[in-house]
Amino acid sequence: MKAPLRIARTLISVYYAYMVEYRAELIFWVLSGSFPLIFLGLWNQAAQSSDLGFTPAEFARYFLGVFLVRQLTVVWVIWDFEKEVVQGKLSPLLLQPIDPVWRHFFGHVAERFTRIPFILLLVGLFCLLYPEAIWQPTPYACFWGSLTLILSFCLRFAIQYTFAMLAFWVERATAIQQFWFLFYTFLSGMIAPLELFPEAVREFALWTPFPYLIYFPASLLIGLPVDLSRGLITMFIWGAIAIIINRLLWKSGLKHYSGMGA
Amino acid sequence: MYYSFGPPKDSFKKLAPKIDSQNMPIIDVQNLGKVYPVAVKEPGMKGTLQHFFRRTYRNIEAVKQVSFSIEPGEIVGFLGPNGAGKTTTLKMLTGLIHPSSGSVRISGHEPFARRPQFLQQITLVMGQKQQLIWDLPALDSLRINAAVYGIEEREFRQRVGELAEMLSIQTQLKQPVRKLSLGERMKAEMLAALLHRPQVLFLDEPTLGLDVNAQTAVRQFLQEYNQRYGATILLTSHYMADITALCDRVLVIHQGSLIYDGLLDGLLERFAPYREVSIEFDSTQAVTKDQLLTYGTLQTLEGCKATFLVPADDLTQMVSNLLNTLKIQDLSIAEPPIEDVIAKVFAAGKT
Repeated sequence: MKAPLRIARTLISVYYAYMVEYRAELIFWVLSGSFPLIFLGLWNQAAQSSDLGFTPAEFARYFLGVFLVRQLTVVWVIWDFEKEVVQGKLSPLLLQPIDPVWRHFFGHVAERFTRIPFILLLVGLFCLLYPEAIWQPTPYACFWGSLTLILSFCLRFAIQYTFAMLAFWVERATAIQQFWFLFYTFLSGMIAPLELFPEAVREFALWTPFPYLIYFPASLLIGLPVDLSRGLITMFIWGAIAIIINRLLWKSGLKHYSGMGA
Repeated sequence: MYYSFGPPKDSFKKLAPKIDSQNMPIIDVQNLGKVYPVAVKEPGMKGTLQHFFRRTYRNIEAVKQVSFSIEPGEIVGFLGPNGAGKTTTLKMLTGLIHPSSGSVRISGHEPFARRPQFLQQITLVMGQKQQLIWDLPALDSLRINAAVYGIEEREFRQRVGELAEMLSIQTQLKQPVRKLSLGERMKAEMLAALLHRPQVLFLDEPTLGLDVNAQTAVRQFLQEYNQRYGATILLTSHYMADITALCDRVLVIHQGSLIYDGLLDGLLERFAPYREVSIEFDSTQAVTKDQLLTYGTLQTLEGCKATFLVPADDLTQMVSNLLNTLKIQDLSIAEPPIEDVIAKVFAAGKT
């Protein structure tokens, strides 16, 4: 157990240093993830003019939750992996006695830490703009919200890394990711809480992995009622499916890999 | 096709250090082959549409029935023109790509299985590819390698110190990799590739693009590493000087087939017993082409510059002849380019 911990610690500290090198870019990445705050403005207006089942303060809380989840679950592994395969940069990584996925995974984890100051800054700004929306999370919300947030990141990473495996066969695996993003935007609860969706659409969405990437952890964080056990089981099932497919594709992809340009 | 001469392979064993090999080759390659499917596209709009709807593929045989074995501690040069199959072979030997046929055993391991015990024993250095993180000091990437290969902190410091001293890059390890010169970067890459003290080194053009000083430094380092740790080295290079400085034995591959496996001396004496003599004579004297032909085989003549191809045995006589009879401003002697030698080996291998 000592060796994996040392590897994880080293990867996180080195990639943290690497991400800090990009501190200027980081501000823009954080800002580009502030979409939910724009939706917040829109829904806030709508809630003031008609009864949507959510008060303006509840909307504000929900979209702050969405903002936090989005910031802490952002994944870009498909772009990095595609580059590695197409440019042959995967080759040196394959020669080390560790699966290349861990470099990506801990690189993502390290990046979270560099975001924290900017996130706190934006949360502070939000509290200034919407003082009526400030709430005190319960210990239940803190525990399950944080846990599902971490699981949500792992699920999103596992799914995107599985799509990334297609880079072994197609040169632009990121195109598939863009297509996936369409459903992600609509069904994840990013643009509106699932409660506002028609019943049939909501029920369908809850069988897909999408709501568990944003809506589910965001709702738990702000104390909206959700079916916790169903959510956790669905997340585990989708995670297991992604990991199994991922390992199968990885194995056959390596046979296909020609070390292009290596 | 296969051409082999020089002393029997047993003669290489005297170069190998006495390690636990019990005369087993550390690299054993039998009938290795690799076939790639390559998409074929006709030019023009019609070709593009056809390519979009129905892709056709052609099989390229990059490596054909290659067999050789290398004893522990040997340094072997792997030569061949561009596209001959050198890199593909190296990729199969390191387990990066799956062979289409034949078998490879490195230290008893099958490379493509990429077992940790195998990966701990080998390394691959590619001249133009890097594993170091570009924006960070090399030391940070080295820390990752130490953790990944399970090298303890104290041992890590000791190895980095030792290798950095051998490569003379102690101070540069704390600078971001992007700020290093090409030569320094290559040395740092080499340090990273050797930190886990591999027993088998595969080097693909390790001196490519480096200036003469850096090339010499890298060569000296490899020689020292080989002597100190008894490591086996298989290297490809376009620079003849790399091969002559490091390798007693060479493998020559051409169009995917191994056409020579033997001593380097044998290769040069057999196929390139010539030297290229280039001169620049004084423009004030009248020198005709016929006159120049008397000195040796004239290859080129441009203004006052001429190049001859001279048998190595006649070199001294020819040069003194030139110096005695012509007013020479500049004179240089070079070995024929490696590509020419290989082309000759290939021609001989075919006939």
